[in-house]
Parts: sequence; C-alpha cells; structure tokens
Amino acid sequence: MPDYDVVVIGAGPAGLAAATRAAETGARVAMVDDNSHPGGQIWRAAAGKAPPEAAPWIHSAEQHKVEWIAGARVFAAPAANRIAVEKFDGELELGYRSLILATGARERFLPFPGWTLPNVMGAGGLQALAKSGLPVAGKKIVIAGSGPLLLAVAKYMKEHGADVRLIAEQARQSSLLAFGLRLAAHPGKLMQAVGLRAALLGIPYLTSCWPVAAEGTDKIESVTLRRGGKTWTERCDYLACGFGLVSNTEVAALLGCRLANGSVVVDERQQTSIKSIYSAGEATGIGGLELALVEGEIAGFAAAGASARARALFATRDRYRQFAAAMERAFALREELKALPREETLVCRCEDVTLARVEACTGWREAKLHTRCGMGPCQGRFCGSAVEFLLGWKAESVRPPVFPARIESLTRTEP
Amino acid sequence: MTDAVNLSVNGVPIAVPAGTMVSTAVALAGSTRFRRSVTGEARAPLCGMGICFECRVSINGREHCRSCQVPCENGMEVATDA
Repeated sequence: MPDYDVVVIGAGPAGLAAATRAAETGARVAMVDDNSHPGGQIWRAAAGKAPPEAAPWIHSAEQHKVEWIAGARVFAAPAANRIAVEKFDGELELGYRSLILATGARERFLPFPGWTLPNVMGAGGLQALAKSGLPVAGKKIVIAGSGPLLLAVAKYMKEHGADVRLIAEQARQSSLLAFGLRLAAHPGKLMQAVGLRAALLGIPYLTSCWPVAAEGTDKIESVTLRRGGKTWTERCDYLACGFGLVSNTEVAALLGCRLANGSVVVDERQQTSIKSIYSAGEATGIGGLELALVEGEIAGFAAAGASARARALFATRDRYRQFAAAMERAFALREELKALPREETLVCRCEDVTLARVEACTGWREAKLHTRCGMGPCQGRFCGSAVEFLLGWKAESVRPPVFPARIESLTRTEP
Repeated sequence: MTDAVNLSVNGVPIAVPAGTMVSTAVALAGSTRFRRSVTGEARAPLCGMGICFECRVSINGREHCRSCQVPCENGMEVATDA
C-alpha cells in the first residue's frame, strides 16, 4: 500500500490548490517543496510570513491535514510510484497512488557582457533575497528583461524604499498595447494591471529597451542600456534582470512524462502521458497565478478521483488559457536579443563556457562533451534555455539524479 | 532585535532576524563573492530560488550548500569561497 493517495511536488499556487482539493475529498496527501515555507516563488514568504493572498490556501491545506514536507527536493524515482527526495539532513522515499507535478517555473536569463557580476540577479531572484531580509531601501535598481514579473518586482522594490531607476522591457509598445486591449475581457487582470500601474508612478517604463552590458569590478556598478539607436549608461547597485519564465520540467522528464514546447503535456484532466501522474501550473506552460490555481484545483480533484468537480472548472481554465496565450504573444522575445552575448561572453556559468566555444560545436550533445556546457551543478537549467533561444538547440533528456545529491542519498536509493 | 539568530560568516559574528536565509546573511555581512567560478570569477546569487547554484557556500563545514534555500540557525558557521 502506498504511503499516500496523492503526493504533490511543489507548494506554489498550483501545488497548494492541488493538495487542498485532493485532501478535501478525503485523500491522504503529502506536499513536498524545496523551500522552507509554502507559497512558491510568487507567494514567497517575507520574514517567515506568507503574503495575505496565500494565507487562505495554506490554512485550508493545513485544515485538511495535508502533510507538509519542507526543504526537500526530488532527485530520483527509484521504483514505480515512488520518488526519492533529499533534505538538508538526509533523504526519504515517498510512495504514491497519484503524483501531481506542480514544479513551477524559473526565470530565463540571456547572457550579455558582465551578466556574471555579483549583484546582477534575476528579477524574481532579487525579490526573493529582499523578502529574506536583504535591505533594498535607497539602493539604485535597474529592472530589465521582459514580462509582467518586472512590474511586480518594481512595485515590491519601490514599496520597500528602493530607488528604482527604470524598467527596461524588450517588447515593443505596439505589442503591449494590443495585449492591453484584451485585458478588458479579464477584470481580475485589469485590476491587477491598474493597481500595478498606480504603484509604478514615477518609474520610467521603457519598451523596446534592453541591457547590452553590465560594468563593474567586484560587483555591478552600472549597466549600459540600448533603446532604438540610443545607448546610455545607468549607475546602479543591482540589475534585476529576467527574460520571461521557463517551465521546470526536469522531474517530469525523469519520470518519463511527455514534454512539448518546453512544458509538460497534459490532457483536459491535467493528466500527463503517464496515468498516475498529473501536472498543473507553470510546469505545463507559462500562464500566471490564476491559471495555476485553477489547473491545480482540477489536478487535485482528478488525481483524487473527483472527476465531476474537476470538470466544473474547465471553462474557467479555458478563459485564463486564452489570456496566457495573448500574454505570450505580447512579450515574445525579439530576434535582436540574440546579438546580446559577445564571443567571449560566458553562456554556461557553472563551467565558464564562452559563446565562441559553444558555437564551435554542431549541437547540444557535442557542446556538453567538448566544452562541459550544461554539465555543472545547475545541469543546464539556465544555459539550456539561453542556448535554445540563441542557437535553436533543444536540450537533451535529463538523467538521474536530476539535482546534485549527496553520495549517501544515491547509494541508499539504488534499486 | 527580537527573535534574533546569531551565526558567523567567515568567522565574523552577525545577528539576523529569524527567517533570514543564509544568502541574505552573507550579503548583510558585506560579502559579494559567495563562490569562485571554475576560472576564478567572483559569483553571487542569481536566481534566488535554489536552481542556479551560484550562491553556494559552506555551512558548518559542509561544502556546496545553496545559501538561498537554507534558513539561518543559531551557531551556524558559514564560509564563502573568499
């Protein structure tokens, strides 16, 4: 008999919704996350306290006796319907009847000269550090890249006293305006957009603008930006930079779930190509908070066998999917960004591999074998999406362990 | 400071509020070099969510801990690759 009816991997919005809905039906549920608090990235706790939007879900999961396994990450699948997770102080195996992958997304970073300097961070990355207590008051911050996350991060930084110099959004104003008109069909989103805009008063929002270089000795001191024919330098303490999001699909790949277009493929019940495994939220395609929640609810009901309750949510999900598709078109990355890295710019930060060395290879496999690009501890999670954008190479299948694990963990889970 | 946690970064004592991640404690201690890359470059946190491994430090003698994922605890000894 399995330890749990349902195991949920990831405790962001999709995972919380999935775990709660499954548990509501009476299923025995465990929720596993690499972080010390539930909420994922978008609802990351600040000073140990979850944001108010997350509180009802966290409370509900607790009420329905969802077992919370914190600080644990999946590294292997030692047998059918079993996964192995590593914690700071050891490892454990969990047996399940159904598994729900709500592994979320990470930021896409594009290499440009100076991007490896300390204090050049992801937009979400800087926000995570700020929520963990890094003081940003009075700090000069430039926010750059693409997507709605830049606005949310700017709002957070400004509310915490940072001197946000500007937001550089690579997308064209015309494509954002086309997107803006569609917002009217989604009142929740419209409110959100209006709320953000109000908070952003005074911060320049420059479209068709991107960083071309970060400069500094021990850490970033300035960033050079380009917009049309104009290039200028902005002094800053931090550059918070992310070019959209990429689905985290490594655990799904490890388990053999079918992937397409960089995301986990699911059917209308959020079921993957493997019967006992479901997936929800950003892992199945970048769609934002509301879509993640409703997908999580559907996956939770479906995994627990409550098909009718899952079905009742399909129409809501379809509406948010249309919104997500419009957003993806609006913030699509421009071809010009492929020219950001120079020959000597590092593409792989783990193994310090330059663009020139990667380009000299015929594909991803050769690059790995000859340059070690993608062979470091992040296992290609960042250079992979950059190389895919820059050179069009798709990363090859993952192999266990999908995360660097301790030798003791590996020996203990050998089948 | 209520609920302060006392730890050390490169041998220097520092007090931080409970719930602070080790990565933030290192930054508060004034370090911008968390690790040295394979060619000797200074590196510091990038993703802030446990994926990029740029923030790794040694904690209580254990190497390669992702400092952004580990909450500070009393008596922790943190060392960067300075």
